[in-house]
Amino acid sequence: MTEHAKDIDAAPDGEAMRALTLDLGGEIFAIEATSVREILDMVPVTEVPNAPAFVGGLINVRGRVVPLADLRVKFGMERRPPAAETRIVVFEIMLEDEPEIVGMLADRVHTVADIALSAMEAAPKVGMRWRPEFVRGIAKHDGKFIILPEMGNIFKNDAGALASPEAEGRT
Amino acid sequence: MTQTDPAETFRLEAQDVLEQLEQVLLDLGDRLDDMALVDSAFRALHTVKGSGAMFGFTEVANFVHEFETAFDRVRKGDAAPSAELVRVALDAKDHICRLIAEPNTHAEAGAAILDRLRATVGTGGQAGAQPQAADADTPAGAADNGDPSNGWRIRFRLPEDALSLGANPVLLLDELRALGDCTVHASAEKLPGLEQLDPEICYLSWEVTLRSDCARGAIEEVFLFVRDGMQLDIDPMPAADAESQIPERAEPSEATEPPAKRSDKQSAPARENSSLRVAAERLDELLDRVGELVIAQARLSQIADESSNPNLMAVTEEIERLSAGLRDTTMGIRMVPIGTLFSRFRRLVHDLSAELGKDVEFVTSGEQTELDKTVIEQLADPMVHVIRNAIDHGLEGPDARAAAGKPRQGTVRLSAAHEGAEVAITVSDDGAGLDSDRIRQKAVESGLISPDATLPEGELHRLIFHPGFSTAQQVSAISGRGVGMDVVGRTMDALRGRIDVASQRGQGSTVTLRLPLTLAIIDGMLVRVGSNRYAIPLSAVEECVELPAEVAEGSHSRNFLSIRDKLVPFLRLRELFRTQDPEGLHQKVVIVSTGEQRVGLVVDQILGNTQTVIKSLSRLHADVETFAGATIMGDGTVALILDVAHLVRSGERFEARLRDEQKGQAA
Amino acid sequence: MSKKVLAIDDSHSVRQMISMTLGSAGFTVEEACDGADGYAKATAGNYNAIITDLNMPNMNGLDFIKKFRAHPSSRGVPIIFLSTESDEASKREAKSAGAIGWIVKPFDQDQLLAAIKKVAGA
Repeated sequence: MTEHAKDIDAAPDGEAMRALTLDLGGEIFAIEATSVREILDMVPVTEVPNAPAFVGGLINVRGRVVPLADLRVKFGMERRPPAAETRIVVFEIMLEDEPEIVGMLADRVHTVADIALSAMEAAPKVGMRWRPEFVRGIAKHDGKFIILPEMGNIFKNDAGALASPEAEGRT
Repeated sequence: MTQTDPAETFRLEAQDVLEQLEQVLLDLGDRLDDMALVDSAFRALHTVKGSGAMFGFTEVANFVHEFETAFDRVRKGDAAPSAELVRVALDAKDHICRLIAEPNTHAEAGAAILDRLRATVGTGGQAGAQPQAADADTPAGAADNGDPSNGWRIRFRLPEDALSLGANPVLLLDELRALGDCTVHASAEKLPGLEQLDPEICYLSWEVTLRSDCARGAIEEVFLFVRDGMQLDIDPMPAADAESQIPERAEPSEATEPPAKRSDKQSAPARENSSLRVAAERLDELLDRVGELVIAQARLSQIADESSNPNLMAVTEEIERLSAGLRDTTMGIRMVPIGTLFSRFRRLVHDLSAELGKDVEFVTSGEQTELDKTVIEQLADPMVHVIRNAIDHGLEGPDARAAAGKPRQGTVRLSAAHEGAEVAITVSDDGAGLDSDRIRQKAVESGLISPDATLPEGELHRLIFHPGFSTAQQVSAISGRGVGMDVVGRTMDALRGRIDVASQRGQGSTVTLRLPLTLAIIDGMLVRVGSNRYAIPLSAVEECVELPAEVAEGSHSRNFLSIRDKLVPFLRLRELFRTQDPEGLHQKVVIVSTGEQRVGLVVDQILGNTQTVIKSLSRLHADVETFAGATIMGDGTVALILDVAHLVRSGERFEARLRDEQKGQAA
Repeated sequence: MSKKVLAIDDSHSVRQMISMTLGSAGFTVEEACDGADGYAKATAGNYNAIITDLNMPNMNGLDFIKKFRAHPSSRGVPIIFLSTESDEASKREAKSAGAIGWIVKPFDQDQLLAAIKKVAGA
């Protein structure tokens, strides 16, 4: 049993996580609703030369310069140009124990749903397309699989890989 | 009212007071016979002791009490101020700082300091009286109580001037009533005729029967403040018929109303001359808001220009003026005279000169020069290193100086001055100057330069700020080896400042730190590279030239431009930023400089000037070195700000590599 | 209307404590940072009581009391002084200069409130 699974088992029965669900690269992701600050329509993105593709852009969120992350890079998904339904989810993560506001692209944002933690399973260590440390768990909701990304690892890992943008290609 | 933690206020305040104390003590060191300084020191101690005890810093209060006792001897002339006293007092001051920062951890150190202090002022080992927690004047209470079981009879008459001093018989009677049931009788027997009556004099006396078994002390307590000069008799009531002793009279309340009414005064607004302590974060927040306003205003101007609506344009101009004014005012709030920083170094010089056995005169000027508070705070550490270096490595020992025909006392000058949009802070010494040969040797040894590299002297000298570089012949406890000076380099980079070094063998050296006036808002030149726009700090821009056609089309390896017969390396930003967009038709070269170093930046187009509010990049982009930050443009998009110092260094490296290659080819 | 008290002390933390203590008991507290500032405010405002420290730069508390008492608007305004030690000499001096009472530092909030209520009422 993995560590994640232990965490999840520890949650009392019936406990649910309120989460924002969104489409990205053909999968459904869920982000803890409490961390979400706002959802924006697509805005002009400023490219940061020589930055890793995962956080290659900057956007203006109410006068604040915020990095724009594309989780598709981390999950090895095809990167398509923004479409009419594309949104930016602005949320807060902890980076080196300090809060940081970041934006992330979403192909489409659904709704806020309560996801029963009892219905969540740990990501299997093998046989998964994605790096297991990026996935906190997989939940089943309304008959569909939902990925709960492990934002801490997704953003943390990147800090180390920043110096070598080429490393992005591996994932 | 905002509820702040009073203990925190005390800490901040104590810090200020102790800094003042340090200055006073250092002054005293220079002028041992100036008793006004002793008084100031005494007062500072007094303040720390008083508030320390009040906010629970008992340890501090006790220590300061001893310190104060010793200083009181000096103040009263029982002991003379001496250099040793100043030294011990400075240590004691440091100790107080430690006690405030980390209570209950430094007891033994304190005792040793106090012993030295007492030895200095000649009080031997005996401690002064502990600060008294209780008011010695509070009546002892239980001493002679009588038998209160039947209550008390109290007769009192206030001193004649009691009313004008603010005593209020009504309040006294209220206090008595709070002790128990009272029968009050006022006597007007001394009241003069109307023509002699002075409304400010209290002519009445009172007789009160108090039915309470309270202690006599409790009654005396009521009259605590008015007891001097008043008549007060407190007697226990005899056992029988306590009531009948005093016949009931009519309500005395009217008579007890104080006859003196305060005259109506013009309630003029109180003169406000005090300054306000504001949390730095609030200032930052304010500046952020102003920054957003500046951005919004730029957007408005853009829209107004396009609209050709004269009313809108007029209002927009007005708002432009107002927001510019607001911006300047806000920046002004953050400006602090650099003197606050300078004063800290007096102590450093004092300690260093004692430790190294070098007699140092420390001269400061330009204390009034103002600089952004954030900059000043960040400057403290690097400045310590520069000054240490000047004294430790720059100045020779007294004998060596004498041998070189110089005065035995060395001089270190610290000055600050505005130079355009920059502040220049200069540390100069009249020591031996930098040893260029040795610096070169060290630089070659540590692989910073190739053995046959030819560097201008200024550039060579600047290597001392390179990480891991030190020319100290012997490792001293103070400067250590190879640490310190690189801190200066790094901090100056972070502050978008630069360092110049000038040195003359045998004459001394001068280190100049140049800093932008403020960190938050800069004038920038907006350029386009590919489809992106970038801002270059205007203060770093020297000139803009056309990229000569033969260079633009020619080999990309020839990356030098001849500008007025000087070769300037240039960087093609398109290559640096790996842009795929088509090249601009008339590429331009923006020549930027940091001090003596220049580099050209090839851009596709120059878009104009802009005022930019600098926003730092998130930690996710901490490793992207080419940019100093980002800014939000009038149309709401983000533009990156180029890090000129970094680009210039890239240019230098590029140039060096190229030169080495050429040498290699020639060989 | 709440009663007005002027607190004169060069220590910001002491002023803050006085303000907080008396403020939460319903008094309006104004602050002055030394004797000169205190004098300007005391003669301009209509205070129900004044609390002053004795040991201050720029006109000490004793001089403040003397100077203020010479001003007609001081009539009937009780002055309480703060003193760190139970120094009888300065206490006598301050009293004869026209102060009515004193509080010995360090004091706690109850002692302060009791002293002020004594001279200014609740």
